[in-house]
Amino acid sequence: MLNIIAGLEKPDSGRVLANGKPVTSPGRERLVMFQEPALFPWLNVFGNVLFGLKLKPNLSKKNRHDVAKYYLELVGLSRFERANIHELSGGMKQRVSLARALAPNPRVLLMDEPFAALDALTREQLYGDIQEIWKARRKTIVFVTHNVREAACLGDRVLLFSPHPGRIQEEFAVELPRPRDINSVDLAAYATRITKALKSLGQTAAG
Amino acid sequence: MKRFLLAAVFFAVLLLLWEAAFRARIWSPVLLPSPWQVASYLKNAAVDGTLANATVITMRRLLAGYFIGLVVGLPLGLLTARWKLFRDTIGTMALGLQTLPSVCWVPLALLWFGQTEAAMLFVVVMGTLWSVVIATETGVRNVPPIYRRAALTMGSKRLHMWLKVILPAALPFIVSGMKQGWAFAWRSLMAAEIFVTILTGFGLGQLLHYGRELSAMDQVIAIMLVIVVIGLLADKIFFSPIEKFLHRRWGTSQA
Repeated sequence: MLNIIAGLEKPDSGRVLANGKPVTSPGRERLVMFQEPALFPWLNVFGNVLFGLKLKPNLSKKNRHDVAKYYLELVGLSRFERANIHELSGGMKQRVSLARALAPNPRVLLMDEPFAALDALTREQLYGDIQEIWKARRKTIVFVTHNVREAACLGDRVLLFSPHPGRIQEEFAVELPRPRDINSVDLAAYATRITKALKSLGQTAAG
Repeated sequence: MKRFLLAAVFFAVLLLLWEAAFRARIWSPVLLPSPWQVASYLKNAAVDGTLANATVITMRRLLAGYFIGLVVGLPLGLLTARWKLFRDTIGTMALGLQTLPSVCWVPLALLWFGQTEAAMLFVVVMGTLWSVVIATETGVRNVPPIYRRAALTMGSKRLHMWLKVILPAALPFIVSGMKQGWAFAWRSLMAAEIFVTILTGFGLGQLLHYGRELSAMDQVIAIMLVIVVIGLLADKIFFSPIEKFLHRRWGTSQA
């Protein structure tokens, strides 16, 4: 699904519209943050964030550097500008990926289980970070996850997908003030409702 | 510093053992000259210019052939990695020819080009080319697909993708191919120079050959030393820094 929105794969049927225009190929206005950090090991942290910016026309060198610095600051990694990728922890790598995806200023950010491989503590930190960034930059974020709490914490709309074939089954609107804490009771109530729906979905699929 | 001292002691002991063996007269001095004789040959050859001349000629042949091998091999490797047609044809040929010891090109080169510089160049190119083709192809095919996908979403395509993503991602493979190509080229050139007298230039291999003809063991050993030193220098000056950089960047361990 995410790959189709990104334009990396073609849909079997139907089409994806972005601003009324069909999506046929990958484009800068829809950037992807992958499950594993797809950072380039031949570039340092700064070079990675610059990569997408260099492909954006009409930017002076100074512009590009300022933008890259701004986003590294935003994800809290200014001090690691010159670091090599292998020197970073898993959480830091995903932060750099986030900065790299945000830097070219896409309209939509596509996130494919970006925190799945991280430890719980780092993940909770990033929930906070991403809500802050979302507030500051006002991006549409499409976030794929298997973690119901994560979905309830980050999403305004939570869409439930059925397995094989993957179809949208149900939609939940999460109306909680931000920033949300993943461990809050209100959030748990939403999560319980969504989990219930998810379970009944599994049963119909099995039966 | 300690490591340097230990190494110095090791080589000093080696020299002493050599000198001792010479003094003990176990072998005839014709077969085993003393280190001093070798050193004095080196000094004379350095002073009268023979050594510098031969080194320049050999290095010129080596670098010209190596350069051609790289310039042709790199694009060929990219082509074989990109298109099946090239993989099945040029790729297969490269794999086959790479297993051929590069010395085996010498007889063919002689018959085709005669005793000319072209024959030398051909042998060196053949020694370099196939390793570079194969390493480039392997490198490109080992680039994790996720790099490509990430770059695609950021708007990279075609030439930009090849130059800024695929080539740098394949660099560790390509560099080890270049190193292997260098070793093969060096070996094949020495073989060619020893077998073939070419009047347009008297290289290190030829000095080695005439050392043997004249039973001048001091010359033979001296030239061998020079060849070893050139090999070491090429590694330290050219390949070592590149490899160090790659290790640092990629975080691969360094022995």
